[in-house]
Amino acid sequence: MNKTSRRTFVAGVSAAALLTGRSVAFAQKKYDDGASDTEIKIGHTNPYSGPASAYGVIGKTIQAYWKSVNEAGGINGRKVNFITYDDGYSPPKTVELVRQLVEQDKVLCTFNTLGTPTNTAIHKYMNQKKVPMLFVATGASKWGKPKEFPWTMGYQPDYHTEAVIYAKHLLANVKDAKIAVLMQNDDYGKDYWEGFKEGLGKEGNRVVKHVSYEVTDPTVDSQVIQLKDSGANVFFNIATPKFAAQAMRKAGDIGWKPVIYLNNVSSSVASTMKPAGFDNVQGVITAQYLMDPTDKQWADHPDMKMWTEWMKKSNPGASLDDASNVFAYSVSFLMHETLKKCGDNLTRENLMKQAANHQKLKVPLLLPGITVNTSPTDYYPVQAVQLSRFKGETWELFGDVMHAEST
Amino acid sequence: MPAFPKKWLIVLLVLGVVVPLLQPVLPNLVSDYRLFLVSTMMIAAIAVLGLNLLTGFNGQISLGHGAFYAVGAYIAAILMDQANFPYWATLPFAAVLCFIVGYLFGLPALKLEGHYLALATFALALAVPQILKYKWLEGLTGGVQGIVLNKPEVPFGLPLSEDQWLYYYCFIVMVFLYWAASNILKSRSGRAMMAIRDYHIAADTMGIDTALYKTVTFGISAAYTGIAGALSASAIAFVAPDSFNFFLSIKFLIGLVVGGVGSLAGSLIGGVFYVLVDNSAQALSTFVKNDLGLQFDLSAYTVFGILLIVLMYLMPMGIAGGVYALIRSFRRAAPVSPERSAPAATRKPAQAGESH
Repeated sequence: MNKTSRRTFVAGVSAAALLTGRSVAFAQKKYDDGASDTEIKIGHTNPYSGPASAYGVIGKTIQAYWKSVNEAGGINGRKVNFITYDDGYSPPKTVELVRQLVEQDKVLCTFNTLGTPTNTAIHKYMNQKKVPMLFVATGASKWGKPKEFPWTMGYQPDYHTEAVIYAKHLLANVKDAKIAVLMQNDDYGKDYWEGFKEGLGKEGNRVVKHVSYEVTDPTVDSQVIQLKDSGANVFFNIATPKFAAQAMRKAGDIGWKPVIYLNNVSSSVASTMKPAGFDNVQGVITAQYLMDPTDKQWADHPDMKMWTEWMKKSNPGASLDDASNVFAYSVSFLMHETLKKCGDNLTRENLMKQAANHQKLKVPLLLPGITVNTSPTDYYPVQAVQLSRFKGETWELFGDVMHAEST
Repeated sequence: MPAFPKKWLIVLLVLGVVVPLLQPVLPNLVSDYRLFLVSTMMIAAIAVLGLNLLTGFNGQISLGHGAFYAVGAYIAAILMDQANFPYWATLPFAAVLCFIVGYLFGLPALKLEGHYLALATFALALAVPQILKYKWLEGLTGGVQGIVLNKPEVPFGLPLSEDQWLYYYCFIVMVFLYWAASNILKSRSGRAMMAIRDYHIAADTMGIDTALYKTVTFGISAAYTGIAGALSASAIAFVAPDSFNFFLSIKFLIGLVVGGVGSLAGSLIGGVFYVLVDNSAQALSTFVKNDLGLQFDLSAYTVFGILLIVLMYLMPMGIAGGVYALIRSFRRAAPVSPERSAPAATRKPAQAGESH
């Protein structure tokens, strides 16, 4: 990143402010709670402990991001005060902590609060209080409803839309499809499943077998055997990395060779494809929107180089294989850009206005051709995905970037 | 001997009623957020009291009270969501249903003692969130999505904020339940419960129907915790299976042990501790990292654990027991051994209860 140029820019702005006279400069500044001449306060909750603590790395990378922003001079001369709390993925705790952030710490907004149940618990509250709840970290499809919830905005493409895309692709490309579905039994799994059914439409009876597993199950071997026995020739794998890998390895072991659609959640080469065995996953199809840090084809991409360098310098000790760190960087960048655009008008209203006013914004680490677009009626920042097929030891993108229409 | 005289109880009650009304005078000190926090403490105190009735006064160990809490919360949520019940009318239903569930669970529990009972209840705590997700119940429970509710509205056009009202709502319920508990414990049944705790065989020989008392105590205990759950559903205005993971049950137990097993005042302290320490442990761990500049990544739970160990070492009878022992040693009474301070701690709130 061009740190020097930003510094010069800030210096230039301050010089201009001095020259034009203080009164003028001050007259244009507008603040709500959490913003001042020197500081912008942002709140965040994340499960650093408890059953979902694997997501804790996202919070840590975001902290590192704001630290490096502050070291480079902050945003328009203001330091970011990033306050993050551990909610342990427990909705009542999230309510308590977010109330603390809004009412005691007086943050300007919350950013990337993580989890579907946890965000559901604070959804109404944030909108009643009219505090921006930006770029929440969940793939559920309910975060982009500007009419009912004008203060809440998502970030990633939602699971529902992704599943619709798989269903459409499958109907167009597989003859006489008989579909078997493996699903994690929770909100994430169900969101995919609903989307998939919607995408199949009238062809819904092509699903010959649908089984689920619990996050606490040790393996999904027996489920995979059931799926094979159904005689299906398509396998839709709605599972988190560990289970997705187990399922595809088992399918290979018992000689089941269906067309496999794998959800994006588990598209990491290092944590899914490799443990599943490269032989077992040739031809698997998924949809992506971020660059996978373990996919060799991106190794020389400038975004990836920049990220790797940043990770080594500012976030030492964090895993360079973990796609969560890529996610955290890209979403923080979007928040950074949004705050920059607010200029000296750091009111909650203006923040929401700017968040809903991104046109073709290039965010590092999004796949080439995918940009961030929002508007007062479109609260889904990243809505495009591209299908890719596994070949050798890497994903190969194919087809066009697809813009999902879930609104 | 009374270490917790009537006048203190009255002072506490008056403070409990008056302090929230100071909000217009001291808006920063008595903020809505703090009142909400105190409300969650009172809810936790009720749940810990429920567990205390079972463990502290009847000697049965439960690692599964989170399950009753969840059942209470879901009963309240479903009644509000599906049957349009007003929030306050859900409490008796939650209490009765949880009593039944607790009573039924108490029957097989009769055959189980000590660790075995602990494990059986633990299984219950693990099972309930899964059952809530079960597809036949999904229509009612909303499955993994949970149920979004409305916060209690201020009745009769009282000039209170939502959180002030929530506070009074919890306060009234808590005071009533403590009064009821102290009366139960003072009665014949209460003495029977404690006799069973102290010496099961002796109690049996004296003609106490131990099976009946144990199952009914289980039921009452579950009802208390269920009411706490129902209150929490109103306070948080959202229920989901993720809200009731098994750690909730462990936290109740920690609150119980830290507050003081077999002490009504201890349950109250346990409820406060349950909310406060969790939060301050986190604040402390970030303080160590950012302000002291130490490069340990102490997780909040590490700090929580250290605090617990220190506390257990300094006050093995819980905070209530410890404070009571301190007061006694200040008064230069005979030196207190930990064994003797326990029943003393038990008697103290019973005496306080007489003031009603």
